[in-house]
Amino acid sequence: MSETKEVIRVQQIRKTYEMGKTKVHALQGVDFNVQRGEMVAIMGASGSGKSTLMNIIGGLDYPTSGSYFLDDIEVNKLTKNQLADIRNQKIGFVFQGFNLLARTSALENTELPLLYDRSKRVKKHSEAARQSLERVGLGDRVDHFPNELSGGQQQRVAIARALVTNPSLVLADEPTGNLDSKTTVEVMALFQELNEEGVTILLVTHEDEVARYAKRIVELRDGKIIKDVPQTPDSAAKDLEELLLRRSEEQGAKEPETAQAD
Amino acid sequence: MQAFRLVKVAGKSIIKNKMRTLLTMLGIIIGVGAVIVMVAIGEGAQSQIEQQIQNLGTNMVVVTPGAAQTSGASQGASSFSRLTPEDAQKIKNESIYSANVSPVYSSFRAQIVGGEGNWRATILGVTPEYQVIRNWDTTSGRFFDAREERTGAKVVVLGKTIVDQLYGDRDPVGERVIVNRVPMQVIGVLESKGQTADGNDQDDFIVLPYTTARNRILGRWSFMRQILINTYSAEDIPLAQEEVRAILRESHGLASWEADDFEVRNQEQLSEAAQGTTEVMTALLAAIASISLLVGGIGIMNIMLVSVTERTREIGIRMAIGARGSDVLTQFLIESIVMSILGGALGIALGVGGSTLLGSTMGWATAVNSETVVIAIAFSAAVGIFFGFYPAKKAAALNPIDALRFE
Repeated sequence: MSETKEVIRVQQIRKTYEMGKTKVHALQGVDFNVQRGEMVAIMGASGSGKSTLMNIIGGLDYPTSGSYFLDDIEVNKLTKNQLADIRNQKIGFVFQGFNLLARTSALENTELPLLYDRSKRVKKHSEAARQSLERVGLGDRVDHFPNELSGGQQQRVAIARALVTNPSLVLADEPTGNLDSKTTVEVMALFQELNEEGVTILLVTHEDEVARYAKRIVELRDGKIIKDVPQTPDSAAKDLEELLLRRSEEQGAKEPETAQAD
Repeated sequence: MQAFRLVKVAGKSIIKNKMRTLLTMLGIIIGVGAVIVMVAIGEGAQSQIEQQIQNLGTNMVVVTPGAAQTSGASQGASSFSRLTPEDAQKIKNESIYSANVSPVYSSFRAQIVGGEGNWRATILGVTPEYQVIRNWDTTSGRFFDAREERTGAKVVVLGKTIVDQLYGDRDPVGERVIVNRVPMQVIGVLESKGQTADGNDQDDFIVLPYTTARNRILGRWSFMRQILINTYSAEDIPLAQEEVRAILRESHGLASWEADDFEVRNQEQLSEAAQGTTEVMTALLAAIASISLLVGGIGIMNIMLVSVTERTREIGIRMAIGARGSDVLTQFLIESIVMSILGGALGIALGVGGSTLLGSTMGWATAVNSETVVIAIAFSAAVGIFFGFYPAKKAAALNPIDALRFE
């Protein structure tokens, strides 16, 4: 696998839903590529087709026509079971609602994808999960249950779960939608950090606040790409520092700077 | 390997939802428990009856007068036949397969006065061979002998119940009792044989020589209830039956076209009749209990269906991170099978415990059959598969996109 290789190649993807008698054209010929190591934000208002595109890229849905290659595998021609294996081994999902299993520890949640990994690449599940949690800064929270963690921490567990299989692509669907502004910046700083380490990240969002941390913006409207431009991302780490500084000034020196999210 | 991991997943899910698991299993626990207790009661009754028939004696053949024949005018004036002492004597003289022969005369309850009061008991008039045939020992004193039989001596042997009623703890041997106004001497006490399954006291008898019974007590009311015979070995039983039948037909002067006016049965035939009844009872009890097992199975399906809806999001997550439909199917199927087998195991414990408790507190004979236990386990596993399959199938067919969106 060379460094400059394409992870995603989407060619003339169309998706049409039939809602009774009327046909809804969710995607009308979408072309775009993602290189290894990119951090791309897919933007668009609701109804723009970005969720449909994410479902197809995530291997949760089939396009009506066109082709979609992930690591040179033509995903749209795979069977359902093969698709499940692709989701398992090549894609890491991060959802808006965290989607952790309740009454299941952070460690067990993180282990979960390995359970369904038929390639058996990873032998020691709990060790891999522990490492993944350490990577997102939750090495000291492995035995906590989701209800004992803050929103930001839950999303970190979800990110750790996405990373545990070493996927080709992390697919984050509105990852900060349920988080406050400070936690949003924290999570985005984590994504940038992971991206620095070489993880390819695809963010689906409608917020400029989130998109400004990506290296490239792809905007959809009415099922078509209307904008695809590279940009110089803001540094979430720097923003976080400033934010914390401002807050501690506002509150005097009363509160310690590492306050948790609500 | 994969299956083992899914068993672990199912196990975790079961442990994490203790209350739900317990409620789901309750139906199976009660169902399996009920089947085992019911069958144990039925089998217990059956083995008790068998025991009692064994108690009657070994290698026994019983001749009883035929039920009133109604098959035509040829029966003449007497509507039911009688067995006579001559019949017994003829069998004794002519049968080679019969070891011991005893006529049994019996009365409706006769008045007995002695010791501390009076009592009404059944009188059995027999020969000394009766003791050998029924294998009935005396706990005190002795049985009467052939000489006493021949002379019609006024001697009696008392059953345990009568001794208890009239003498309490005292040994009555040598005492005088008055049986229907005839004074007699007590020469022995018979060992206790307990109650029959239908509640008859087998110790509420007085036994005396049939000659005495017929001539001095029963008089014209004397009626030979049966002739008891035993053979030398079990193989001789059918031969003895045929032989006795031939002897009695000759003795009763029956023509070849006439039916028997008596019945010759062996113990097995006696026990078959009794067993038929208890088998029906056992089947009926098991059938009723099986209904609760079925209801338990439906309970599992119900909870699993609710659980699939409740856990739609969980299923969506699992699918999104790479679970195949078959993984989800297997997980849910294993969950329901594990729950029903676990429920079955607890049900077995409940059933065995319940049967033992019934046996010890109510004094009911119960016999837990290992076959029933195996069937109960197999059945509960089958319930798990059968009633778990539909919900599991439903879970596996979910579309991950919809499942993830489910609130």
